[in-house]
Amino acid sequence: MSLRIVVCVKYVPDASGERGFADDLTVDREGVDGLLSELDEYAVEQALRIAEAAGGDASVTVLTVGPEDAREAVRKALSMGADQGVHVEDDDLHGSDVMGTSLVVASAVERAGFDLVVCGMASTDGVMGVLPALLAERLGVPQVSLLSEVSVTGGVVSGRRDGDTASEVLEASLPAVVSVTDQSGEARYPSFKGIMAAKKKKVESWDLEELDLDAELVGSAGAWTEVDTAVERPARSAGTVVKDEGEGGLRVAEFLASRKFV
Amino acid sequence: MADVLVVVDHVEGSVRKPTLELLTVARRLGTPVAVALGAGAGRTVEVLAGHGASRILVSEAGEYADFLVVPKVDALHQAVKLVDPVAVLTVSSGENKEIAARLALRLESGVVTDAVDVEAGGEGPVAVQSAFAASYTTRSRVTRGIPVITVKPNSAPVEPAAAAGAVEELAVEFSPAARGTRVVSRSARESTGRPELTEAAIVVSGGRGLGSGENFALIEALADALGAAVGASRAAVDAGWYPHAHQVGQTGKSVSPQLYIASGISGAIQHRAGMQTSKTIVAINKDAEAPIFDLADYGIVGDLHTVVPQLTEEVAARKG
Repeated sequence: MSLRIVVCVKYVPDASGERGFADDLTVDREGVDGLLSELDEYAVEQALRIAEAAGGDASVTVLTVGPEDAREAVRKALSMGADQGVHVEDDDLHGSDVMGTSLVVASAVERAGFDLVVCGMASTDGVMGVLPALLAERLGVPQVSLLSEVSVTGGVVSGRRDGDTASEVLEASLPAVVSVTDQSGEARYPSFKGIMAAKKKKVESWDLEELDLDAELVGSAGAWTEVDTAVERPARSAGTVVKDEGEGGLRVAEFLASRKFV
Repeated sequence: MADVLVVVDHVEGSVRKPTLELLTVARRLGTPVAVALGAGAGRTVEVLAGHGASRILVSEAGEYADFLVVPKVDALHQAVKLVDPVAVLTVSSGENKEIAARLALRLESGVVTDAVDVEAGGEGPVAVQSAFAASYTTRSRVTRGIPVITVKPNSAPVEPAAAAGAVEELAVEFSPAARGTRVVSRSARESTGRPELTEAAIVVSGGRGLGSGENFALIEALADALGAAVGASRAAVDAGWYPHAHQVGQTGKSVSPQLYIASGISGAIQHRAGMQTSKTIVAINKDAEAPIFDLADYGIVGDLHTVVPQLTEEVAARKG
């Protein structure tokens, strides 16, 4: 039986550029360079490793939801080695909150067919880190999330989760949703061969109609949260910077004392 | 006054500080009703009552420890049905955010994560968040259902407030999905005796400038003098100098302490994303051009190997 893996990825504004909000308080994507979210590269890597461990009897489908540019995130994952792509794009998706997004992703994952869904721990723009859990809830399958190590054997996915106070070893039967952290293993770079091969791989394009979803359930119309204001934080007023002339440590201690930290 | 459900974060009955901050936040919105789940939940009662919990719902079922996330979602779902609160508040952590989101979905309610403050608004609670590496401050509301909001540690002061603290057993019927993800084993993180990174009032962090893992001893000594937690930059963690659990930044932990001291950290966007909301920032770095100085309230351009030990000694002397 072949193992059907779906990796969910997101195309996000480059964190090293100027990020901001558009007039409607959604993330401004105009004039901002985007890229495959770094944290999703780890998910692609783990999906590929799991597929490789399955001895070729596995397929990796990379899935993204987003505007036209988002296809670039799919391309990147394909050049790393994923087999095929799905890009869900629809104007009515603009303004979706995480509830709407998780509905679309769950529908697309179901349509694609899956035994295992692999996600990154969070996006690098919204950074909520709840999509994998919402997917599991919607799909009615176990979540094995925030893993620093993951493997699949005999229809069981297992992994290690390092929390604030304890480290846990977890397992669940497939089908399941997993998410992996940046500790799961360095993501591979696309090879030239991989980049060339990716050009020939198929990327399907789906819209809401194909997913049988009402426009009212997604986008701004279907959002269950609303951003009222987004205000740019004033740059921190320049503090005092002094050169160490042998008394740097004493200077800092004086400063700390003036702020009542010591 | 309307009830606000507060999810208790505790370890074997010992309530963690961010939950007490949450009770302060909850009192702005209504009357706190606490829910404590898992082994030792019953031992949280006194502390919670002393910080404003009017009722405390307790369930010590073994399922919370044996299976991941869903048993707690089941319990909170039933607590919400019982209390009918105007909001559900929980402390932001990886697991709590997952629980909050799944609960919200079941309630057909919106969820807001990582609030740095919550204000009472005319149309329900307003969650203040920090976006894009703290370069923006947003205010959001849940527009449907019962607002489920996760709040970051250090978002409010801990304020004692005597309340009835009536204890009730929460009867929980677990869903079939509750047993989906088994916890095969659990090992407690070794305690360093220092405060937990995300909830510490002071964090002292080291980066590439330390030059070696052994030199983290300098950072630890300063942290101990200040009663602080130890943080590390991604570069230091990737070099194997300090455990990942201490990584501050976009792919590590996000901290918001009263005081953040960065030593030998240049302040790449990755790192800034995780510490920029710190109230006071001190930077020590050899490179006068390091971007961390743009954030610092006080900066020393100098060699941390001499500045940090001198600082540690002076702090110890001043503390007597």
